[in-house]
Amino acid sequence: MAKIYVNGEQRDVVLPLTVTELIEFLHVENPEMVSVQVNEEFAERDDWKSIRLNENDSVDFLYFMGGGAR
Amino acid sequence: MIDFTEEQIQRYSRHILLQDVGVEGQEKILNAKVLIVGAGGLGAPVGLYLAAAGVGRIGIVDADVVDLSNLQRQVIHFTKDVGVPKVESAKEKMLAINPDVTVDTYHEFLDSSNALDIIKEYDFVVDGTDNFPVKFLINDACVMAGKPFSHGGILRFNGQTFTHLPGTACYRCMFKEPPPPGAVPTCSQAGVLGAIAGMLGTIQAAETLKYFTGVGELLTNRLLTFDAKTMQFRTVPVRHRDSCAICGTNPTIDHLIDYEQAACDLKH
Repeated sequence: MAKIYVNGEQRDVVLPLTVTELIEFLHVENPEMVSVQVNEEFAERDDWKSIRLNENDSVDFLYFMGGGAR
Repeated sequence: MIDFTEEQIQRYSRHILLQDVGVEGQEKILNAKVLIVGAGGLGAPVGLYLAAAGVGRIGIVDADVVDLSNLQRQVIHFTKDVGVPKVESAKEKMLAINPDVTVDTYHEFLDSSNALDIIKEYDFVVDGTDNFPVKFLINDACVMAGKPFSHGGILRFNGQTFTHLPGTACYRCMFKEPPPPGAVPTCSQAGVLGAIAGMLGTIQAAETLKYFTGVGELLTNRLLTFDAKTMQFRTVPVRHRDSCAICGTNPTIDHLIDYEQAACDLKH
């Protein structure tokens, strides 16, 4: 088991693990709507399959939030 | 330096008392020009607090009229205002709070044809809109015009906001492009707890006043998110992205874009 941080919370995962696999593992809702940062760097969607996570990496999922006026 | 009247000294005394604001800070607020896009859930508290604070000139853009379903959270509009253009209803309350301020109303949609013209009149822009096409439009127009802005979004029990200054991370640095129309629900589809609008809007108003007075650290290169169910607040560090299509080294966007709006978003 390895520790990574997802949205600031520690998670135990099994390495090797790509961003795409992490999204599947966490059952992230509407992954096509999520923006991903790995260690505070924006991760291009096309690279999710090839980005391998390491122990102590931080992954942040940013979600679209629309509301305001109506 | 402005000669404050007795009444102004009294009205703004709680600002003037603050060491970080003082008479100088209040004078900066009185000289400030702010554009609020959207006179809804976020625009309501922003408009009320900025008028109360004495922001000298406040523009409000909104093409809508007040609907009964707005009143659960859009606290600048009253029951008697149903059917009235939101910009007129908002202006009336802002002037009632503080006749010192000037309110400009734009009863129209912000789009690629008018955005730069309207924005150029102001020093700071507050995004209080409810849809992604306009959020991206505000981002792109502000980046192009070199204007700082506060981004805000709310949904259900959640809110998120950041402040952009030229050179810091923009909306496209975090979210490259709008989601497909209809893919992400808006408040009118998914609902929102009314007070969430107040929580987020007052953060945006505070950021605006911090910008003009130079107090503290703005929410730049940080995305603040909160979940009111747990009352957990979090700031996610975000970075300016060199490959960003609007603010990167080689921007590929050279004109404003009117993205398609989901049909279901166009009605209440």
